[in-house]
Amino acid sequence: MPDGSAPSRPRRRAVLGGLLGAGALTLTGCSAVQSKARVREWNLFGGGDGARLQQIHQQYVAEHPDVRFEAHTLAWGPPFYTKLAMSAAGGRAPEVATLHLSRLKGFSPTTMLDPIPVDLLNEAGISESDFLPEIWQRCHVDGVLYAVPLDQHPFVLYYNTEICQKAGLLAPDGRLKPVAGVPAFLEMLKAVKETTGKFAASVETTNPWRMWWTLYGQLEGKFLDDSGQRLALDDDKALEALSLMAKLAADGLTPRSANYAALVAQFSNGEAGLSFNGEWEVTTYQTAKLPFSMAPFPVLYDVPKFAGDAHTFVLPHQANRNRADTKATVEYITWMLKHSTDWAVGGHIPAYQPVVTSQEYVSLKPQAEYRSVAPDVLYDPDAWFSGSGAQLQNEAGAAFSGVFSGQATPQDALAQFKAATQKLLDTPSPV
Amino acid sequence: MRKPWQERWAGLFFVGPFLLLFAVFLVWPTISGLWNSFFNTSLAGVEQEFLGLQNWREMFSDSAVWSSLKNTLIFTAMSTPPLVIIALVMALLANRTGVLGWLLRFAYFAPFVLPATVVTLIWVWIYEPGFGLANGLLTAGGFAEIDWLNTENRAMLAVVITTVWWTVGFNFLLYLAALQGIPEQVYEAADIDGASERQKLFRITLPLLRRTTGLIAVLQLVASLKIFDQIYLMTNGGPNYATRPIIQYIYQNGFTNYRIGYASAISYMFFAIIVVVAVLQFKLFSGSKEDSA
Repeated sequence: MPDGSAPSRPRRRAVLGGLLGAGALTLTGCSAVQSKARVREWNLFGGGDGARLQQIHQQYVAEHPDVRFEAHTLAWGPPFYTKLAMSAAGGRAPEVATLHLSRLKGFSPTTMLDPIPVDLLNEAGISESDFLPEIWQRCHVDGVLYAVPLDQHPFVLYYNTEICQKAGLLAPDGRLKPVAGVPAFLEMLKAVKETTGKFAASVETTNPWRMWWTLYGQLEGKFLDDSGQRLALDDDKALEALSLMAKLAADGLTPRSANYAALVAQFSNGEAGLSFNGEWEVTTYQTAKLPFSMAPFPVLYDVPKFAGDAHTFVLPHQANRNRADTKATVEYITWMLKHSTDWAVGGHIPAYQPVVTSQEYVSLKPQAEYRSVAPDVLYDPDAWFSGSGAQLQNEAGAAFSGVFSGQATPQDALAQFKAATQKLLDTPSPV
Repeated sequence: MRKPWQERWAGLFFVGPFLLLFAVFLVWPTISGLWNSFFNTSLAGVEQEFLGLQNWREMFSDSAVWSSLKNTLIFTAMSTPPLVIIALVMALLANRTGVLGWLLRFAYFAPFVLPATVVTLIWVWIYEPGFGLANGLLTAGGFAEIDWLNTENRAMLAVVITTVWWTVGFNFLLYLAALQGIPEQVYEAADIDGASERQKLFRITLPLLRRTTGLIAVLQLVASLKIFDQIYLMTNGGPNYATRPIIQYIYQNGFTNYRIGYASAISYMFFAIIVVVAVLQFKLFSGSKEDSA
C-alpha cells in the first residue's frame, strides 16, 4: 500500500478468539431473552395493506419490549397457504398467522390449527359481542373457535370524482348518486364512457369471480345444496349474471381483457372513471393523488349482496405450544383488533365493532363510505376447494374470462365452470 | 491389484457427505413418492388410507392430466427445434476472433444469467397490449394488436419466444465449445483441396458437431419437458388452461389442493415419459458409430 496506513491483516488467532467470543455472547444473549414470550406472525399482505401492517407492527413492537416479535410477509395466495400448511402439518408453525375466513374449513382446522383459547381471549378483553354474529359463527368449526376476525373486505365501487362530476353523476353533496337495477347501472356506465372516451369501468377480466359472485348473489342464487355435497347452481341466474358481464365488454363499457395490474392502471390513468374491485387499493390511489371516492357496489338485482371475505388470525398447529407464548399471541391479536382503525385506513372494514362505531373510523373518507355493506358480505361457497385464491376461483377465472374477451359464450362458460366444479365435488376431500 | 482396505475406506469417507445428501434428498423422496401414490396422502396431515391403484385410475380418466401433458408436449415441440438451430447459427456467427466475436458471444449468452422472475417480468411488459414493445412494433407496422398472453392460440407462442431468448445462450455455449474443439488442420486440408466455405460447413463442421447436437437435443428435450417457471409467472397456465403444463397441474394438486398422493401418481407417470424420451433420443443419436469423431 502506497500510504502505508492500510489496516494490518488480522491474525488467525485473533480472529478465532473473536469468533469464540461472539459465539459465547450469542449463547448468553439467547438464554437472556429465552424468558421473553415469543410471537412469530406470518401474513400474506404484499400490497398497500402490507406496508400499513408494517407500520402498525412497528408501533406494537415499540409498546411491547417484553415480547420477541417477528413478522414475515409471504406471497399472497397459494404460495402463502402452501407454506403455512406445511409448517402446520409438521407442527413447527409460527405462533399466529393470517387466514382468509373463506378458507377456514378447507384448511383442515382439526389437524392444522390449534383452537383459540377463549379464556385467554376473554381475559384480554375480547368477547363474542364485539363482532357481527354471522362472522363470529363462521370462525367456528364443529363448535370450536379457530379464528378471530380482523376485518371484512367486500367488492366495492370506486369512482373518479372529476370524471363523474363531468358526467353529471354526482349528487350535490359530492357523492355518487346511488343507482339500483340494471338499466340505471348501464345508463351510469354509458355516461362515464362518454366522458372518458375509453372505458366506463375497469375490471379484472382474467379473474372475474368476485364480479360474478356478487351479481349471482344479488340474484339470490345458491351454489351447493344443503348437504354441501351437490351442485345447486341456478342456470338462469348464473347466465343472467354472465350475460351482463358479456354485454359490458361487448358495449366497450369495460375492457375485453385486463389483468389485475391493468385494472389498477386503467383507473389510475383515467381510462376508466369507475372500478369494480375489492376495497384494498385505497392507499394506491391516494398515493397517486387521484381524485376518487368509493361506494357500495350498486344493487343490480333483488338483494344487496357483495362478494367478499375476511382476514382472520389463527393459531397454526404447533406440536409443543407454549402457554406463555400463546398468551402473548392472544394479547397481540387483541392489540391488533383494538388498533384496527389504522388497519381500516387501508380499506378493510374492521370486524371489531367498538372500532367500527368509533368517531375516528366513521370520519375516515372514503374508507367509511361503504361500511354499511358489512352485514351483506357474501362469502365463497363452503367447500374444501373454495375460498380466496383456492381452486374454485381459478376455475371461475378460466371459464369466465372468455365471456369478457368474447372467446366464449355465457352458455359455454357456464357449462365449463359447472363441469370443473362437479369434478372438484367428485374428488375425495383431502382435509 | 486390490488396494489396501484403508484406502478404499478413505474413498468412502470422501464421498460420504455427498452420498448422505443424495440419499436423503433424492433417493428417499423418490421412493416415498412412489409409496405415496398408493395412498390418499394429504398435505393437511389427516390420517392416510391405502388406496391401491385408485390414484392411478383417477389419473387415466382425468382429462386435465392429458390436456396439461399435451401442453407440455406442444411446448417441447415448439421450443426444442429453435433452441437447437438458433444456438447453432449463433455459434457459427460468434466463432470468430476480434471484438465482434467477443461482443456476439457476450450478447448471446447474457440473457441466460437472468433469473426466471426477471425474464418474465420483462417479457410480460413487452407483450402488454396498449403499451408493450411487441404490440408497439405490430401497430407501427400497420398490423392489429395481439393480446399475446390472454389469447388461447397465442399465449404458448409468446412463452416459447421468451424461453428461446432466455435459454438459447446455454446451447450456444455448448456449440461454441464444440466448434473450438474442431482441429484447424482439417480446415487447412480442405483449403488445400480447394473446398468452398459452403462445402466446409456442410462436409466438415456440421458432421463433426453431430455428437454435440445429440447431446444438446437430449438436454433440451428434458429441459423443455420440465417447463413450469415461465408459464407459472407469465400466464399462470391461462388463458383457460391453454398453457398449463403438467408440472403446474401436479403443483396444483399436490400443494394448492393438498393431494400429495394423487400428485405423486401423476409425477411418476411423467417421470416415466421423460426417461423413455431421453433413452430413445440418446439411442437415436449415438447409434451411428461411423460418425464418432
